[in-house]
Amino acid sequence: MSAVADFLLATVRTATPLAIAAHGELIVERAGIINLGLEGAIIAGAFGALVGATAAGTGAGFALAALAGGAAAVIVAMAVLWLRADAIIAGTAVSLLALGLTGTLYRAWYGAQGAALNIPTVAMWPLSVAVVALALVLWWWLARTHAGLSLRAVGEQPIAALAAGISPRRVRWWALVCGGMLGGISGAALVLAQVGTFAEGMSAGRGFIAIAIVVLGRWSVPGVVAASLVFGAASQVQYVFQSLGWAVPYQLFLVLPYVLTLVVLAFTQRRAAAPAALGAPLQD
Amino acid sequence: MTSPRLRMALVLVATVATIAAVVLLIIQAGGADPAVALRALWDGAFGSPFAILSATLVRATPLLFVGLAVGLAFRAGVLNIGAEGQLLAGATAAVALGLAIGTLPRAVALPLVLVAGAAGGGVWAGIAAWLKRRFGVLEVISTLMLNFIAAHGVSYAVRGPLQEPTHAYPQTIALSPAARLPGMIAGHRLHWGFAVAVVLAVGMWWFLSRTAAGFRVRAVGAGALAARSVGRIDDARVASWVFVASGALAGLGGASEATGVTYALYEGISPGYGYSAIAVALLARLHPLAIIGSALFFGALEAGAAAMQRDANVPSVLAMVIEACMVLGLLALDRARKGTPA
Repeated sequence: MSAVADFLLATVRTATPLAIAAHGELIVERAGIINLGLEGAIIAGAFGALVGATAAGTGAGFALAALAGGAAAVIVAMAVLWLRADAIIAGTAVSLLALGLTGTLYRAWYGAQGAALNIPTVAMWPLSVAVVALALVLWWWLARTHAGLSLRAVGEQPIAALAAGISPRRVRWWALVCGGMLGGISGAALVLAQVGTFAEGMSAGRGFIAIAIVVLGRWSVPGVVAASLVFGAASQVQYVFQSLGWAVPYQLFLVLPYVLTLVVLAFTQRRAAAPAALGAPLQD
Repeated sequence: MTSPRLRMALVLVATVATIAAVVLLIIQAGGADPAVALRALWDGAFGSPFAILSATLVRATPLLFVGLAVGLAFRAGVLNIGAEGQLLAGATAAVALGLAIGTLPRAVALPLVLVAGAAGGGVWAGIAAWLKRRFGVLEVISTLMLNFIAAHGVSYAVRGPLQEPTHAYPQTIALSPAARLPGMIAGHRLHWGFAVAVVLAVGMWWFLSRTAAGFRVRAVGAGALAARSVGRIDDARVASWVFVASGALAGLGGASEATGVTYALYEGISPGYGYSAIAVALLARLHPLAIIGSALFFGALEAGAAAMQRDANVPSVLAMVIEACMVLGLLALDRARKGTPA
């Protein structure tokens, strides 16, 4: 029984940073944009958390992480909304930029200390509770407020929204910034709560896994929460196998989230559930 | 109302200025002397015959292969971000076969090994192509996921089935000489893979601009409507084939690196070539001959960055930052050229 409890607790622990990022991506995708820069926001947030926490404690870590994630999203927003660049290319470029920049700065500022890095940490459970609160607030906001309706309208029928006096461009700006900040906080959760240290590229594709979570969750808040748990569970399966004594190469379990992403994307029908204007060329 | 030329010039200046500022900031942040660092950057790329023949051109070779792979895919509208994984798949296939048939004469073993590399990359891309064709999965995401899967696959291979006999290090034993690409110039690391890549670049240029099949590829890239109105080009089919061919090129790049430089497989055999290739291809505006030039440029940049890390303690990951800035600058340049949207 204790093994099951351990598994469930570990699942929630692993799912929490994923859920934070996925909610950010949900906001952006409900506004009609697939944000591939989320990966960049997460790693930027992770590095921001490192800098903030080592300088001034975990609170500063989270704050700096949110700022860093937001900054990454701002670059994406400028490229997509001002320069009319393809969201896919812009997002990928920003993620590459963030990965390169954080790697460079990490080695320049902290490289000498390496493994001896001493970062203050926090427990994960307050963050898990915060995610539940975030989900509730977001669900209510999307369904019951004018602003939430505007967001949904922009993602479904941007022209109609424009005619109704909503500025799709402004809504998308805010959506991207919020999404980026949540991505940054997700990175902070990784560093300060889950892993306890920073490593180059430690986001390891979570930004893209978050996109799969949104798809699996059918672009709804409860769905995203559930899908985050599914992905959290997938990465904990290896310990179940170990306790059962089945000798399987550990790399098999490391690829499980990525394979699951592919399976989810392949077998989940996008058409009906996705926002109608998702991924379409932006018009406003 | 400013003219396109003026806007483009402004964007160009702004991009160069931004890159220069970021570079200098990072050099300062690391506590290095900018003059020393920049000198090391130049010398590392062009300062000596060794730099040119054993560093710049050698680093340019995989970038050229993978740049062509990405360029071909993007040309057909296939956003193949998976060149990294396809390169790894090709390197793994090449090394696995090379270790198995290493006793055969070079004239037999080497071509087979290179073909295996191309096949490995082609199959790896084929998975994503199939997912796109059959299930409509966005290739950007599927190829990215496959990159991670390939990296873990290499990790498994070099710690498991392909590991060297003492089981001390996560790598394979060295390939026998029969499975190695010969060097081009004695005393330097430049190998024949570079020549193969250049020939392929010229071939791709000829294919795209002078053949009917190449025309179909470009038509599909120009837009499904354009392709269909030209005359019943099955754009999905063309896109799938281009996807696989793109993977094969990247896989060949992996095989070239494994048989010409490293002579073995290990984790980290590719320091992100597949991602740099995106910048290589975009900078060359997807033109195969220009990709030769941009691959050389990026090869020089990375060779210089490595020297800068060695001699001035500036992290070589700086090259990735510069590359990403250039891509963003290109996006801005495109916008400046087009002016206000219709």
